[in-house]
Amino acid sequence: MNRLQTLEEFDQWQLARQQEYNPDRPVITVCGGTGCRVYGSEKVWEAFRSELTRQGADGDLYYDVKVTGCHGFCERGPLVVIRPQGIFYSHVKVEDVPEIVSETILGSRTIERLLYVDPVSGEKIIHEHDVPFYTHQKRLILEKNGNLDPAEISEYIAGGGYSALAAVLRSWTPEQVISAVKSSGLRGRGGAGFSTGVKWSLCAANVLKTGDGYIVCNADEGDPGAYMDRSVMEGNPHSVIEGMLIGAYAMGVHQGFVYIRAEYPLAVKNLRLAIQQAEELGLLGEDILHSGFDFKLSVRLGAGAFVCGEETALIASIEGRIGEPRPRPPYPAESGLWGKPTNINNVKTWAAVPIIIRHGAEWYARIGTEKSKGTLIFSVVGKINNTGLVEVPMGITLRELIFDIGGGIPRGKAFKAAQIGGPSGGCLPAEHLNVKMDYESLTSLGAIVGSGGLVVADEDTCMVDFARYFMTFTQQESCGKCVPCRIGTKAMLETLTRICNGEGQPDDLEYLEELGSHIRASSLCALGQTSPNPVLSTLRYFREEYEAHIYEKRCPARVCKPLITYRIDVERCTGCMVCLRNCSGGAIQGEKGQPHSIDPEHCTRCGVCRNLCKFDAVLVA
Amino acid sequence: MDISIDDIDRIINQEAFGEGSLIAALEAIQMRYNYLPSEAIILASDRFGVPLSQIYSVATFYNAFSLKPKGKHCLQVCMGTACHVRGSPQVLDRIESKLGIQPGDTSSDHLFTLETVNCLGACALGPIVVTDGEYSGQMSIQKADQLLKTILRAEVKA
Repeated sequence: MNRLQTLEEFDQWQLARQQEYNPDRPVITVCGGTGCRVYGSEKVWEAFRSELTRQGADGDLYYDVKVTGCHGFCERGPLVVIRPQGIFYSHVKVEDVPEIVSETILGSRTIERLLYVDPVSGEKIIHEHDVPFYTHQKRLILEKNGNLDPAEISEYIAGGGYSALAAVLRSWTPEQVISAVKSSGLRGRGGAGFSTGVKWSLCAANVLKTGDGYIVCNADEGDPGAYMDRSVMEGNPHSVIEGMLIGAYAMGVHQGFVYIRAEYPLAVKNLRLAIQQAEELGLLGEDILHSGFDFKLSVRLGAGAFVCGEETALIASIEGRIGEPRPRPPYPAESGLWGKPTNINNVKTWAAVPIIIRHGAEWYARIGTEKSKGTLIFSVVGKINNTGLVEVPMGITLRELIFDIGGGIPRGKAFKAAQIGGPSGGCLPAEHLNVKMDYESLTSLGAIVGSGGLVVADEDTCMVDFARYFMTFTQQESCGKCVPCRIGTKAMLETLTRICNGEGQPDDLEYLEELGSHIRASSLCALGQTSPNPVLSTLRYFREEYEAHIYEKRCPARVCKPLITYRIDVERCTGCMVCLRNCSGGAIQGEKGQPHSIDPEHCTRCGVCRNLCKFDAVLVA
Repeated sequence: MDISIDDIDRIINQEAFGEGSLIAALEAIQMRYNYLPSEAIILASDRFGVPLSQIYSVATFYNAFSLKPKGKHCLQVCMGTACHVRGSPQVLDRIESKLGIQPGDTSSDHLFTLETVNCLGACALGPIVVTDGEYSGQMSIQKADQLLKTILRAEVKA
């Protein structure tokens, strides 16, 4: 690749790539997101390559095979889409590939068994754009994820990429960029929801005073159950780089960092490759497209500390110290990396910037609600049929998200709660299914938008155990610098553990509420301040479950081991010996053909017998 | 694995670009040896001009670093929220009891290291166990038993 010297050269190069990448050309896209790779999508991709050659379809038809970023519908992986028709096959295995090539590619016939079946109507759906999981979404940031090869900068550019940067360098002043971002209404997608434009203008003013500064992309996505930042990095890394370039120009900054989790190896690889390609093409580096604007971007790997998602801890980590937060003010906009003004934004915030510049701030501000503009990405996981990444306009209801897009709860179980915002967020019960998904509405009910993690719990989820799970997480991840977080989370966890073990005391609930409010008020950073939320919100909506544990020594969801017993229904047991052979505690006795029994003394309550029993003879009470 | 001072020095020099690359250098050493040998920490202190105590604090703060050598096979059980609600605690319990070690520990024969991770971002496939970088999805107690058996069988043959 030759370095592009001027804006005109960029325009010409982009035009040439657009002619090369006809959007109507035949191409098979195989999802290469982490989820689909676990299902074996790489082998599917290789099989297409060799099968097209073998059956001769690569010659006449010029079918191209492409590995793309995450399509979002992780539940159904590996996903294959045959374009331009948009034929959608899910759960594709290597063995299916020869038939897809001979039937669909060469024979123009769809293969029924690989089609997606709508669980509601029972209908088979042929085209990707008709699958309900996608039809209810509004994909802006994830738009290109399903058909872009993240390893090819030319594809991103052919699809209009880096035009926003070119436009800004050509004719926008930095003030105009900031003013557009402000009027678009974009708010920080990392969770706090602060106005991005205002944040930029604060940093820009300080850069002007001191003459130097930094920008950082926060890709330390540590919230367990959220993986959209990873998918954007994996599937469309250039959108983040372009957003950062525009931001750097607007704030007068010449150096940036992407702080990314080392646990995301594919995202790191794709991002590094993207930076290298952008450098080679002259879109990163000195005097970009002869505009006089310089920008250097480096990658820093996180070393596995959740607290480093907090901006002052992140700064400490990039500087090579332990990731302990410090009190604010001064805010990073005033004194950040190495004491210089620094602006930190989340992956999705940066990726939204080129979209705003390309379509206009007014266009963007028309999406969403009065105070929450644009789209949000949720990772919808847990007890839900369509696990995956969804991008929706702000203001969509929780019900639409879980039932229309998410396809409801598996095995006909009842919806119990949605935990939104991870360890900093809260649980919402069924009575709030009509809540609008925007910053204000969620906060008013005790949840938060946060990182966008949305975990669905059904009737088999114990809310006390769920709250204890999050408290275990924050307690482990507390950096230990401030007392309320270090000792407070520990005390809350101990109390929750006692309740789960059936040793709860009547005044425990008041104690949890009081302690929670102190931790919230007095912790140093957001990790501590928000850590009581999962407990406080479950106490608010599921108090009776806590009370059952404390007063009746009973776990209504039958999860907490000390409060449940396993026994065998002698009427149903056929004496097949399957449970007996697999019992880890050696607690099951019985002869072949005779009903078995479980010795509660030795039973570890692991549940293997119940999972294995074909006759539903193992009962839990 | 033999520890080579020259090797460590080369890693530090490669990674020591610009300011604040101490963590990057430690990550590279960890990657090379699967832990941070004391020789490496002492050398890094010298090369970066940073007190040994500060490097020790960094090495013990972040989950990615280990001061103890790890076992031949590394098992990571994902404890993310989605995996949790789908039963990862039971899977972890089972592996703990089969191997007789707790998360963070290495078995006395140095064959296994058991770890927990907070979300690998493949939530649709939960519960997930990663064995030496290889992901296994939709784990159950039975599948965990099978996984351990497969590794042990390969070890016996080898």
